[in-house]
Amino acid sequence: MVEITPQLLMLQLLTGLALGAVYALLAIGLSLIFGMLTVVNFAHGAFFMVGAFLGVYFLTLTGSFWFSLVLTPIAVGAIGLLSERFLVRPLYGRGIDYPLLLTFGLSYVLVEAMRVIFGIDGMPTSTPTELRGVVNVGFGMFPLYRLFLIAATAVIVIALWLFIEKTRYGLIIRAGSRDNEIVRVLGIDISRIWLLVFGLGTAIAGLSGLLAAPTRAVNPEMGIPVLAESFVVTVVGGMGSLVGAVVAGLLVGVVFSMTSLFAPEYAELSIFVLMAVVLLVRPQGLFGKAGLMG
Amino acid sequence: MSDSSTGKPVNLRRRILAGGAAGLTIAGAQFVSRMAFAQTGPIKIGFPTPLTGAFSSEAQDQVRAAELAVKEFNAGGGFNGRKCELLVRDDKLNPGEAATRTLELIEKDKVDLIVGSLSAATQLSINAVCKARKVLFNSISQSDAINEAKDWSFYTFHEALTPHITAGAVARYAFPKFGKKVVYLTADYAYGHEMVRGFQRAGQAFGMQTLADIRHPLGTSDFSSFLPRIQALKPDVLVLCNFGRDLVNAAKQVTDFGLKQNMKVITPVLLYTSRQAGGAEAFEGIIGGTSYYWGLEDRIPTAKAFNDKFRKAYAGAVPSDYGALGYAGIRSVLQAITEARSTNATAVANVMRKMRYDFYKGVQNYRLCDHQSVQSVIVVESKSKAMKDKYDVFNVLSIEAPDEKNLRTCDELGHKVLS
Repeated sequence: MVEITPQLLMLQLLTGLALGAVYALLAIGLSLIFGMLTVVNFAHGAFFMVGAFLGVYFLTLTGSFWFSLVLTPIAVGAIGLLSERFLVRPLYGRGIDYPLLLTFGLSYVLVEAMRVIFGIDGMPTSTPTELRGVVNVGFGMFPLYRLFLIAATAVIVIALWLFIEKTRYGLIIRAGSRDNEIVRVLGIDISRIWLLVFGLGTAIAGLSGLLAAPTRAVNPEMGIPVLAESFVVTVVGGMGSLVGAVVAGLLVGVVFSMTSLFAPEYAELSIFVLMAVVLLVRPQGLFGKAGLMG
Repeated sequence: MSDSSTGKPVNLRRRILAGGAAGLTIAGAQFVSRMAFAQTGPIKIGFPTPLTGAFSSEAQDQVRAAELAVKEFNAGGGFNGRKCELLVRDDKLNPGEAATRTLELIEKDKVDLIVGSLSAATQLSINAVCKARKVLFNSISQSDAINEAKDWSFYTFHEALTPHITAGAVARYAFPKFGKKVVYLTADYAYGHEMVRGFQRAGQAFGMQTLADIRHPLGTSDFSSFLPRIQALKPDVLVLCNFGRDLVNAAKQVTDFGLKQNMKVITPVLLYTSRQAGGAEAFEGIIGGTSYYWGLEDRIPTAKAFNDKFRKAYAGAVPSDYGALGYAGIRSVLQAITEARSTNATAVANVMRKMRYDFYKGVQNYRLCDHQSVQSVIVVESKSKAMKDKYDVFNVLSIEAPDEKNLRTCDELGHKVLS
């Protein structure tokens, strides 16, 4: 058995935060769409996967990770916009399970599409040259890219927060998620806002796919486990809450990481136990509003 | 299933009759079928393999190589003018699906024998179906269980390596070189456990010490949370006992976390296809075992011949390890049919038991007690520099010669010793 030193605990914590960063990003997209549209997006994992594929594709095309970082969310967001406009929109007002089933089907279509376009084997990825290697973080060596992952998540979260809290569009989004009928009465075309939010949510999913791509194998099935994990995060944080998504994402990452240290066999189970406990104590999630589903 | 699946004895006879030996009386059929002239129509080989699912790229290469063996056989005139026909079926990497497809192949398509599979679980279910119907099955996928007496039958052959042999060969090569302290990162299912057992048994001879055996669920995409602990344990050797995409992810993240600077990373099975999917950087310096690597062609003439045929048929591509097994699996049974002058399962099995063959990697033979193919294990190291082309991914470090003593003993597997 390994000796548990403070250094090891700190390193394990940092690993959990890096892991949680991806969870948080995914959950933000999911939560944004649910909070505003009350659409449970089952294609979220698939958008993540498409983001990883397109990200690697743009990377090989342009040779620059940074270009890809801009192009990928635009491309995935565009697919999201089209999906909302032509697939999800006709189902509004029909109850929560219609868009759920539709997005579930859409996820299969996207997986098959990637198989057809890029093949079943997936694509080999490598860390961008600028972000390769390990750095000394004071209590051990840690991959530079995972530090970048934490930082990138922080930047995206802050930008999103500013957008929602400080801009006119953000104000409408916030108002729309509280009471979309009043917003409509005030003469705002809510369907355009919904389109935008769906696009934004999927763009963030695509971006997290690209960000995760250098750390793991890119293949058409990579979004499937990710979907389950991001639902856990969303439920723990509270459906529809952005703060909840971030806090719960990091929390889930850290719980997973710490369980891996002491009882690796239970690491995967641990996040579901966390979810169960949260649901028992606080059914609406850590930051959720009660009765949102009703 | 069709209603014909009920009467088993009748079906055995029907299968022998397959191909329309119309004039024969039922009573004489089994007797006469031993004589070649009584059999007409193509020789049908059923080939269940996971064309879809996590191992699909390996499976498709199996099919390509198997088709090559069939084409070669047919171009050579077949057996007594009878051509061979390959019936490929997708088992979706699902044991139930594999059993159903195999049953269909036997009952409906009336195949003469079965070659195929690509997972420890599906090959056992295929074997169970074949065993019950006394149909010959040549498995081309790794498994320890298939050789054990409880699953085995006289009609079971195992062309592939076993986890025990492969892990043993890698252990015998790597353990004396890199130090005594070992950590295992293991996929938590039969394959992973079998591999760890193989390493630990071979490691006893070198006084290896296991610091930890960390189990992860099958299908883990991020291993980072296991890595600080491994780093802190300071092992000399880290053994990645996982497969396919798990191995690709583990190798990638182990590289990212800089673990390779402090320890040697080895893995029981280093597949050509995994290395291609994971990229040069992730696999750099990792050592592992394999049943075949095309680079053997500079020292083994049959490997050269096989590669050249494969290249010619498939636009310059080289065969992968599992692909090569598809080729060998088909060639073995076709050769045995030719020598037996019959497609009767018992006759073919009897010939295979005595065969010594060299189709692509040097001389092999089937051990009598369990029909395990006794063959060489190639230990390779993945490289990222000085690659001649995209196919040039491994350095061959050593070739462990075929030797029955590297297998688990017949006794241990529960076989009454057959001569």
